[in-house]
Amino acid sequence: MRVTKSLALAGAGLLLATGLAFAQSSEIRVGAPLEPPALDPTAGAAEAIDVVVYQNVFEGLTRIDQNGAVQPGLASDWTISEDGRTYRFSLHDGVTFHDGTTFDAEDVKFTFERILAEDSVNAQKALYEAISAVTVIDPLTVEFTLSRPDGLFLFNIGRGDAVIVAPESAANNATDPIGTGPFAFVQWDRGSRVILEQYGPYWGEKPALTKATYVFIGDTATMTNALLAGDVDGTYNFAAEALPVFEGNPQFKILVGSTEGETILSTNNAKSPFDKLEVRQAMAHAINRQEIIDGATYGYGVPIGSHFAPHHPYYIDLTNTYPYDLDKARELLAEAGYPDGFSATLKLPPVNYARVSGQIIASEFAKVGIKLELINMEWAQWLEDVFANKDFDLTIISHVEPFDIGIYANPDYYFGYNNPEVQALNETLNATTDEAKRKELAQEMQTIIAKDAVNGFLFELAQTGVWNAKLEGMWQNAPVEGVVLRDVHWVE
Amino acid sequence: MWPDRPNAADLHLPPFGGGREGGTHLVTFYILRRIFGFLVTLLIAAAVIFLLLDLLPGDPARFILGINATPEAVAALRLQMGLNDPAIVRFGNWLFGMLRGDFGLSQTQKLPVAGLIADRMAVTLPLTLVAMVISVVIGLPFGILAARHRGKIVDTALMILAQTGVAIPNFWFGMLLTLLFAVTLRWLPPGGFTPWTEDAWASLRGLVLPSLALALPQAAILARVMRTALVDVSSQDFIRTARAKGMTFGEALWRHGVRNALLPVLTILGLQFAFLIAGTIIVENVFYLPGLGRLIFTAISERDLVLVRSATIILVLVVSFTMLMVDLAYGLVDPRIRERRA
Amino acid sequence: MTWRSLLKHPGLVIGLSATLFFALLALLSLIWTPYPIADISIARRFTTPGPEHWLGTDQLGRDMLSLIMSGTLTSFTVGAMAVLIGVGIGVPLGLAAAVYGGPVEWVVLRFSDLAFAFPAVVIAILIATLMGPGAGNAVIAIGIFNVPVFAQVARGGALAISTLDFVAAARLAGLSKPMIALRHLLPNIASLIIVQGTIQLSLGILAEAGLSYIGLGTQPPATSLGLMLRDAQSLFLIHPWLSLAPGLAIVVIVIALNIAGDGLRDALDPRLRNRGLANVAG
Repeated sequence: MRVTKSLALAGAGLLLATGLAFAQSSEIRVGAPLEPPALDPTAGAAEAIDVVVYQNVFEGLTRIDQNGAVQPGLASDWTISEDGRTYRFSLHDGVTFHDGTTFDAEDVKFTFERILAEDSVNAQKALYEAISAVTVIDPLTVEFTLSRPDGLFLFNIGRGDAVIVAPESAANNATDPIGTGPFAFVQWDRGSRVILEQYGPYWGEKPALTKATYVFIGDTATMTNALLAGDVDGTYNFAAEALPVFEGNPQFKILVGSTEGETILSTNNAKSPFDKLEVRQAMAHAINRQEIIDGATYGYGVPIGSHFAPHHPYYIDLTNTYPYDLDKARELLAEAGYPDGFSATLKLPPVNYARVSGQIIASEFAKVGIKLELINMEWAQWLEDVFANKDFDLTIISHVEPFDIGIYANPDYYFGYNNPEVQALNETLNATTDEAKRKELAQEMQTIIAKDAVNGFLFELAQTGVWNAKLEGMWQNAPVEGVVLRDVHWVE
Repeated sequence: MWPDRPNAADLHLPPFGGGREGGTHLVTFYILRRIFGFLVTLLIAAAVIFLLLDLLPGDPARFILGINATPEAVAALRLQMGLNDPAIVRFGNWLFGMLRGDFGLSQTQKLPVAGLIADRMAVTLPLTLVAMVISVVIGLPFGILAARHRGKIVDTALMILAQTGVAIPNFWFGMLLTLLFAVTLRWLPPGGFTPWTEDAWASLRGLVLPSLALALPQAAILARVMRTALVDVSSQDFIRTARAKGMTFGEALWRHGVRNALLPVLTILGLQFAFLIAGTIIVENVFYLPGLGRLIFTAISERDLVLVRSATIILVLVVSFTMLMVDLAYGLVDPRIRERRA
Repeated sequence: MTWRSLLKHPGLVIGLSATLFFALLALLSLIWTPYPIADISIARRFTTPGPEHWLGTDQLGRDMLSLIMSGTLTSFTVGAMAVLIGVGIGVPLGLAAAVYGGPVEWVVLRFSDLAFAFPAVVIAILIATLMGPGAGNAVIAIGIFNVPVFAQVARGGALAISTLDFVAAARLAGLSKPMIALRHLLPNIASLIIVQGTIQLSLGILAEAGLSYIGLGTQPPATSLGLMLRDAQSLFLIHPWLSLAPGLAIVVIVIALNIAGDGLRDALDPRLRNRGLANVAG
């Protein structure tokens, strides 16, 4: 059903007044590979939701910029107590939701109580569980009390999962999202597109665009045609294999940036033979990382040797821990008691990088006698089988959460890595606020994980956007999921 | 016995629809029996769909919340979605809901399924109709032309063309069409769909290329059917009589042959409609059209079981109903049958 | 059918030889391909056709000729298995409907309706989600579609024959209905079923291509012509050959099968020509 909202907004009138001549220079059509199932970013994990609404329709107290740094959002500034457990935020004045209601501290309290409620369906509830109380001091001041210090708190409240919603409209956000952002939701033609328009009374600096349309095109070939035909003005992450179509074409520009996606050959550490260190080391030696990067990402992926993003200041290069060496791999396999190798399954989710990397790894492993059976799965099935039930040998997946090395401290996590040393380090890291000390701890964790060859560390996913050459202001990197339109504008 | 009427198979209809029916004596009895059969088919189809979907692995709640969700959040969502009721209760609720016209609420989109399906039908139905119009406009004249010049070079050339038309995968053909007409010439949009209410002309333009892709094999089939039907009737008495009365072969073929050949052609059109309405999913993907096929496709991958089962049963309903109409029309229109009854 | 009568149908000869050529190429892939198809080497990808790789290499550096041989085998196998399902279930059903009539016929027809009413794509999606995608899926989905087709052909053919004298004679001689079906009807409709088989085989190959294109058919590391098309689709503007080669292979195979089917129909027993299936199709 098409959801239309009559917009009695200044923005809409402005659009009519400017007429067609200006329409081209203030409107954008963005191609997106996936259509969101709903539009409430606080009640679902789909990346496609954030792509449309994050920082466009909805805003949080803080906001993440394209380099992953925390910037003020609906909160103009904040103070943090000595013990790092109390955050007091001053809120912007004169902020309204798109339905005209006023934004104040009560909305903040409502938002976080909704996230933490018993029957909450927030996909990232765990990130906010350190919050023990949200207190309204006055309409423009709100105070958060944490049960423990949390180094990532300001980042986490800037994510799409913690955008501020209003009690009046929260229940309908899935189909009719109402936020405080610079763009208001207008219409959703299901299966086809979502239309946003500039919100006239927006509290902050007005964006250059008056109208944005997200067009959902799943097929790479079709997306290529749509770009070439000028049917869409750009897309934020285009399949690397087809990028040569646009290389050297002056009408387009290609933006290559970083993401938080560590792509790994996840290994079931709790299961034989992968519980043997030698077996995991042998696999690490048998992986030709560069071939996988060339084959699956056409050279755009960045090699990683542990579970950490290469653009992060805490990163250390561990890609040479187990260099590509087939003899060494065979030797280690023999030591582990598998001189002729073994057979295992490799379950692959429905994403191109996984499917292609899987084929290449199977071919590489065959050289040392490890025979992989490739099993392609849908997301729903992969989540159930691999992620929830841990019924797998190997899988390939990109972990896109920022700073997520903590998953290696959770023995119940799907890859079943249980190392008390890492667990202790992680606990210290979480409670540490000193930068230098944090860096040291994080690097120690990276090193142990790399040496233990917990998973096959392949590459950091790149973001490869293709845009009309006359567009400026798009995010190059993807520190969080989203296509933020705030600064996007046409130039002549 | 009713004469055999063409079936989907020997007409090279791809395996996405079609059916046929034979044999009984009294028309009214036949109609009643056929309608009863239609209802039984629907009921069994509903049971099959429900059973299959209930067996699907993958938790819809977990899919919606993704890999970082807490077990409590997943449990809360399951409860909200009504996934914990016994299967028989859910089946009953679904059936009785549908009888009241209530197709349920989509689990992922939070909207009434009936509305979602109606919106998609507003794309798939016109797409199907435009494709059929194109296939008739191309197929029938070619078929007549081939029959008119039977055995000559024109006939051979057209039938080779028809063979090729049937053999090209339609998604591949659609791709080639886009490259030519959308990317290179820029005459038509490469895909996408503007809602009818916004700009009907733009909506229609958006349907041209996908319709062409769908229509090519159908036109090829129609041309072959038309040609054979004409060749068949041209050897019959009334054509000979007409020619004896001084008409040229061409005139006789046009006046009498084409009219008589229309019956098998109409039947084929019915089958093609049934095939197209359910079989457009691949072409919808190539042209990113928001049609019914893609709705079902994404709904299954998102484990939106309410949406999948209602959309599927509606497709089954449309296809079965078309088959029913074809059968009934065939029985009532065919002059040979009326003779037989008399 | 003698060799001389065969020569009267040049279409049949051409169609059959082309089909045979591809079938042999496909079968050869079982024992030999120029390169193993799972042999991936990114360093040698996108090689243009040359002496080393006659048809070049694909995006993973695999030999295109080997892929096409193996892909043709998969496409043929999927199509053929689906035909076998159709014949195995459909023909007995059709014969039963013809010899018993009444309620048996009604049930068979309802079953046909049910199978027809389910769009093959939807069945394929459901099976794929139930059991994981794969060529097996495509076989079942296309096979289900084939069942009512063969049931109808068998029933139509059998009804046409059952009015003939020798069947009446057999009935008078006291042969049971199943025996009549087996001894007299089945042999006489065999050619009809073979013709329909070639047509369904060509449709099966096209359907497999479509299912693989949307990701529900054959899965890597195995390959099929449809899967090759899918893999090459996004590269079409850069490496059109990767898409043209499997695409043309599909077109040629399907045309060959259809011409062979038409030729067979023309060469058929004249008693059946205008009764069973050939009354309108060209």
